[in-house]
Amino acid sequence: MPNAHEAGIFKRQRRRILLAAILLVLPFAVDGILGRGWLRIVDFAMLYIMLALGLNIVVGYAGLLDLGYIAFFAVGAYCYALSASPHLALAFPQLFPDGVHLSFLIVLPAAALLAGGMGVLLGAPTLKLRGDYLAIVTLGFGEIIRIFMNNLNAPVNLTNGPQGISRIDPISIAGLSLNATQRIFGITLPSVHLYFYLFLCFAGLVVFVSQRLEKSRIGRAWMAIREDEIAASAMGINTRNLKLLAFAMGAASGGISGTLFAGFQGFVSPESFSLMESVMVLCMVVLGGMGHIYGVILGGLLLALLPELLRHSVLPMQQALFGKTIIDPESLRMLLFGIALILVMLYRPAGLWPSRVRRRELSSDERPDETA
Amino acid sequence: MKLLELSGIGKRFGGLNALTDVSLHIGRGEIYGLIGPNGAGKTTLFNVITGLYQPDSGEFNFNGKRYRAAKPHVLAGAGIARTFQNIRLFANLTALENVMIGRHVRTRSGVMGSIMNSRAMRLEEKACRDKAGELLNLVGLKKPHQTLAKNLSYGEQRRLEIARALAMEPLLLALDEPAAGMNATETENLKELIEGIRNAGITVLLIEHDVKLIMGLCDRVAVLDYGRKIAEGVPDEVRNDPQVISAYLGVDGE
Repeated sequence: MPNAHEAGIFKRQRRRILLAAILLVLPFAVDGILGRGWLRIVDFAMLYIMLALGLNIVVGYAGLLDLGYIAFFAVGAYCYALSASPHLALAFPQLFPDGVHLSFLIVLPAAALLAGGMGVLLGAPTLKLRGDYLAIVTLGFGEIIRIFMNNLNAPVNLTNGPQGISRIDPISIAGLSLNATQRIFGITLPSVHLYFYLFLCFAGLVVFVSQRLEKSRIGRAWMAIREDEIAASAMGINTRNLKLLAFAMGAASGGISGTLFAGFQGFVSPESFSLMESVMVLCMVVLGGMGHIYGVILGGLLLALLPELLRHSVLPMQQALFGKTIIDPESLRMLLFGIALILVMLYRPAGLWPSRVRRRELSSDERPDETA
Repeated sequence: MKLLELSGIGKRFGGLNALTDVSLHIGRGEIYGLIGPNGAGKTTLFNVITGLYQPDSGEFNFNGKRYRAAKPHVLAGAGIARTFQNIRLFANLTALENVMIGRHVRTRSGVMGSIMNSRAMRLEEKACRDKAGELLNLVGLKKPHQTLAKNLSYGEQRRLEIARALAMEPLLLALDEPAAGMNATETENLKELIEGIRNAGITVLLIEHDVKLIMGLCDRVAVLDYGRKIAEGVPDEVRNDPQVISAYLGVDGE
């Protein structure tokens, strides 16, 4: 028995080292084979994965359907945009003649905290709501944040309205700007590579925290609330605090992702934070496998990469076949996406890669029920 | 020694007086039965005792402390554990996880401890898992502990619910119709289990329709009818009380 156990640990360790090695050479492989544009897409996919993992805490573990999740991404993004760009010089020329240029390492934790705080703030009025009602209210909150960003250019120009904030400082860590090619240990690392590694670190952090929480007393309490809130409170679980904790943890992850997004893209505007984005992130969670970290990562990766794949294949294909573009890839994207969603919900209702327990549960449903 | 003392408890739902001026007390180590015809207010009283409903009037004292409009998790922390009439397990979690969730009030690990995987957290987690396994054996769950709760048979689910409540190390265990839907053998096993629980020093409050079980098991019994307590006493007294007979059989007693 101990031998088998040790062998299991050894096997897992080997798999982990293999995974780490793959992830380390991935940017070079993508860059070399597909080109730099694709690596940029992979970088964005990492941000989406972080978002999906954050939402997974709220929806997958605690069972709180949140349709306004992208608001926390917006909070993080605007947090960095305002505190690391010349923009505030417009609103407060005396106070900040050159705008504010805080270090990324200061803004990031602050943004995570602020987003977490917003999570609690938005979660508090919804505590008594469940299911559809909760979804409607959170949807409203998501829109409120976006509309605020859209209109806070008057009387004081805080967010620059629909034009958004540009010229955001690139992320730099310890004097090392991620926006330029750097040589580290004799290896030449272009900017997109550097961002990939940075995002990888934070995605890894979110995975790590999710995994630890999932298998803890806190994670069990969340799942108890998801399964039956009344029974959970009868077990002595303070459902109010634990729901707020789930909102806060999920929101903080969204805030981190937003901060990275703003620094990577150098520009934020309200249109990046529409309802459609919230729905996309929710689809990543549901499609991949609610409550299962690897499933959610798969869902995030697929939904972030497939549209790009379509964009790159549909246009040339139509050009070659008909000599002109008949269907816009953007509208085709939504069509295919809808079909995919319907198929998954019909044939794999627990997601593409559900957790072991979920899988067991689905297969055991088919067995005849035992009665006492 | 009184563990639970209710005096003058009233609960209204709109125009309906579900409970009117109910007073009772349960002593430590007792098995206390609550019976009454359908709609008499048994479950309402039960929900008041476990904090699911807040009483509109009256006093609620538990373990020497007065509680006002206490939430279920507060009372659970104070030592009141319950089961539900229509079983409410965490259906998609394993039997073991269900019982481990019952340990929530008796464990402490927080977010930081869990993320850091601290030594205290690991020890607590192991103790929690061991205790949960023990309890599952105690209530006689023979299926693997990793079985999902919803895949257990009805009788097993009932017993799992009791194990989950016992995991809270309660002072008062409140059972809402635990024998509902059980056959004679299962009821007999349940009776032994409840006696065992009492012998372990836990006070038991029992709502039951199975009058034979109540009479054979309880030290004292209260009878509710139309939201009022119409009788209380040792089973033999209550059985022969004319008001109780009239409530149950509809005989015009007065």
